[in-house]
Amino acid sequence: MLDGQFPILSLVTFLPLLGALLILLVPSRAEVSDQNVRWAALWVTCGTFLVSLIIWVRFDPSTADFQMVEQAEWLGGAVTYHMGVDGISMLFVILTTFLMPLCILASWESIQHRVKEYMIAFLVLETLMIGVFCALDLVLFYLFFEAGLIPMFLIIGVWGGARRVYASFKFFLYTFAGSVLMLLAIMAMYWQAGTTDIPTLLAYDFPYGMQYWLWLAFFASFAVKMPMWPVHTWLPDAHVEAPTAGSVILAGILLKMGGYGFLRFSLPMFPIASDLFAPLVFTLSIIAIVYTSLVALVQEDIKKLIAYSSVAHMGFVTMGIFAMNEQGVQGGIFQMLSHGWVSGALFLCVGVIYDRMHTREIAAYGGLVQRMPLYAFAFMLFTMANVGLPGTSGFVGEFLTIVGTFQVDTRVASVAALGVILAACYALFLYRRVIFGELEKETLKNIMDLNRREVLTLAPLVVTTIFFGVYPAPIMDVTAVSVENLIAGYEEALETFTAAGGTTGFTNLAGLLGGQ
Amino acid sequence: METALVPVPDLNPALAEIILAVGALGLLMLGAYTKASTTRLASIGAVLLFAVAAIVVIGQPDSRVLTFGGSFVTDGFGKFMKVLVLIGSAGAIVMSYNFIRRENMDRFEFPVLIVLATLGMLMMVSANDLISLYVGLELQSLSLYIIAAFNRDSARSTEAGLKYFVLGALASGMMLYGASLVYGFTGTTNFDLIAGIIRTEGMSLGLIFGLVFILAALAFKVSAVPFHMWTPDVYEGAPTPVTAFFASAPKIAAMALFIRVMMGAFPDASAEWRQIVVFISIASMLLGAFAAIGQTNIKRLMAYSSIGHMGYALVGLAAGTEEGVRGIIIYLTIYLVMNLGVFCCILAMRRKEEGMVEDIADLAGLSRHQPVLAFLFSMLMFSLAGVPPLAGFFAKYFVFLSAIEAGLYTLAVIGVLSSVVGAFYYLRVVKVIYFDEPAQPFEAPLASELRVVLGASSIVTLFFFVYPAPLIALAQAAAGALLP
Repeated sequence: MLDGQFPILSLVTFLPLLGALLILLVPSRAEVSDQNVRWAALWVTCGTFLVSLIIWVRFDPSTADFQMVEQAEWLGGAVTYHMGVDGISMLFVILTTFLMPLCILASWESIQHRVKEYMIAFLVLETLMIGVFCALDLVLFYLFFEAGLIPMFLIIGVWGGARRVYASFKFFLYTFAGSVLMLLAIMAMYWQAGTTDIPTLLAYDFPYGMQYWLWLAFFASFAVKMPMWPVHTWLPDAHVEAPTAGSVILAGILLKMGGYGFLRFSLPMFPIASDLFAPLVFTLSIIAIVYTSLVALVQEDIKKLIAYSSVAHMGFVTMGIFAMNEQGVQGGIFQMLSHGWVSGALFLCVGVIYDRMHTREIAAYGGLVQRMPLYAFAFMLFTMANVGLPGTSGFVGEFLTIVGTFQVDTRVASVAALGVILAACYALFLYRRVIFGELEKETLKNIMDLNRREVLTLAPLVVTTIFFGVYPAPIMDVTAVSVENLIAGYEEALETFTAAGGTTGFTNLAGLLGGQ
Repeated sequence: METALVPVPDLNPALAEIILAVGALGLLMLGAYTKASTTRLASIGAVLLFAVAAIVVIGQPDSRVLTFGGSFVTDGFGKFMKVLVLIGSAGAIVMSYNFIRRENMDRFEFPVLIVLATLGMLMMVSANDLISLYVGLELQSLSLYIIAAFNRDSARSTEAGLKYFVLGALASGMMLYGASLVYGFTGTTNFDLIAGIIRTEGMSLGLIFGLVFILAALAFKVSAVPFHMWTPDVYEGAPTPVTAFFASAPKIAAMALFIRVMMGAFPDASAEWRQIVVFISIASMLLGAFAAIGQTNIKRLMAYSSIGHMGYALVGLAAGTEEGVRGIIIYLTIYLVMNLGVFCCILAMRRKEEGMVEDIADLAGLSRHQPVLAFLFSMLMFSLAGVPPLAGFFAKYFVFLSAIEAGLYTLAVIGVLSSVVGAFYYLRVVKVIYFDEPAQPFEAPLASELRVVLGASSIVTLFFFVYPAPLIALAQAAAGALLP
């Protein structure tokens, strides 16, 4: 059932798992084996990244269909093992495989105990994350989506900071609670449509009375994962306590699953409900953008500040996605990708000074530029990208989402623009307090600049940030056709609905409440 | 009735039961007339008996066969459940193999009693008449009461046995009362005839009373809320392999009986019993989730966990459809597998100086001393919590699938949310194992019989997702056999 093709997606998905098994077999004897484990993990993740590039090369951007499709019998009946990528999901796979080697590098020295288990957890997590973006069956998707909780729970809980137990439980239970409702929605869809096959469901018209409930159930899951205000509170805790690489993965990839879920399921499968609830999403988005930016402004912990800024940036993503026009959706996807490496890079930067000083208090730093010029440069670049400075990849996504939203609702776009200013405030404020000024603190007098490993970790991110900031076309080309197709399908569904006498937008709510 | 003309009923459908009965008596003789200790021999003999019985059961036809004047039935559903029960019982005997010697319970009656209890369970699974139901149920229960108190020098074990007996007798009384009401209002004890009378004449008030009493007794046997009170005490007090046994085979047999009575005798009264089943299902899930949070003893925790799991399984019965029965069958299979694994881990909690320990806190830092055991224990906990891709997820998936199909949305939503609460206490065990600073190590290595059971259980739990189709197909066939 592979259409005579090599199962490239399964290979990329399960390659890290094979690597984990390999590491499991490394005999655990003290220092030497730890070093072997690190190298093995690095090679596996690099190899996975290189193989995943084949996906990009073989990807045909001129079609919105799923490509490199694999399908096999699995759970009996209508639930199959179905993998495939399109313009929306393909780049997330690459993003995942791209960030993983950097995570391994970042953990090279900071993780000193239980190295073997740590690397295994990361490799298993990589398999599950790639699986989420490749799955073309709802049950399979759910399987990957939820299974990722186990390694992440352990990563935060075993290798985390002081309040790691609290943070890991909060992370697990929040996400789990959101997802189980989605599981029920998946079951309801199964009985309604007779299948959980995503391409089939994308073509299926759900009765609109049902769409609202399904939409809400999916929203419960993705809003927590995203995270959207007011269910974002697990994120700052999880970020602060997680080890550096854990934060990178959380911010870089796990948060993207929420946005990906909206694009893959909520919009195309429940267009009427998406239209109805768009104002709700806009409201939550701008609250997230403005409120969490303000909260970020007063943080004393660097990681917490970046965590809140992540919530704000995800607000731009949800806003752009639900603007439902080409700029908005394209911008949302671009923003997710860009935020993936920018926020990842920022957490890596925090990790660099945390490894040296073992504190994340902003007040403990100051004047680092005097002794760490290279670091100051990298940190500045990523801060600027976070703010959305033109020329960095952060600008493209933010700009497009605001442009997209502006066509739908000027007020929302205006408030969101306010968020950009606030982002500049907290980011520059952070940068000034950590990097600039006199190097007064005794403890910082001997701090060393980036070593070779750290340069190697940050350099790919610097290149990516600038390259896609100046020349975003490679990404846009890949996503364009799929996004057009998504929007065309959405508008068609709305038109059919209106033609059949339905009312879209808010007025619909009254009908829904009256009708039930 | 025509069948009354036949002098000797067809014994073939009950061959497995007859083998177990004769075998149990043989083992009893062997023990009584041999001077030296024959416990090991009896244990091995019992496992062999179960194996033979399982082979006989598997060889039986899938079609519905009645015998003993219609009071004994075998079909695809019964076959599947019987095999599960036999696996559970065999697992319990294997797990107790060294334990009973070490803990001064080295008496040959132990395996014999388990064989007798299993015989009762097989009869429960095959019951098609209120009288054969009662005979099977009592044979099972009386054996279980004794096994619970088997460590007679331990006050806790004796207390567990007595408590189980008193409350169990109460439940049996309710069962009898309900059965007599049903008999009084229908004039028959045969399930098929009862179903026929209800179909033509509808439910009378007396029948509803009878149904409710029978339901209460069945709920007691599967330890569903509000008839669960005995469970934590008995689980905690009984010797650990006995607890493992209680949590597996009898639960499966009782649930099979539950399905058999509801679907076989009262299919047209589903409107009446469904609301009760929905209630006890919700109550069990919620109590199982919330009451477990405060537990410090791992066996008590497992007791509440099993109450919750019975609640989930009952979701499938509440649906009352073929999908629902399929869901229960898959649920019970996976539950049995996970349970045996978890109790192997609990049996591994033993220190040289202190003997068996049962506090969750004793597990602290297990991941440092015994990484493999720690991994398997945690994996089983995640599976019990229902986190994919482990087998426990698929168990929940199929019962909730049936609930959604039947339109029981409230039940499904409460169910999945209580599974989130439940996840909390399973995670707590993982937390103690992985996050906490190491306590004293346990005695290593694990006894080989525990390794075998734990290994088999873990492989099934961990890799179920790779190839789930066979179990699902078997469960589908079994459910189809019950609801033609």
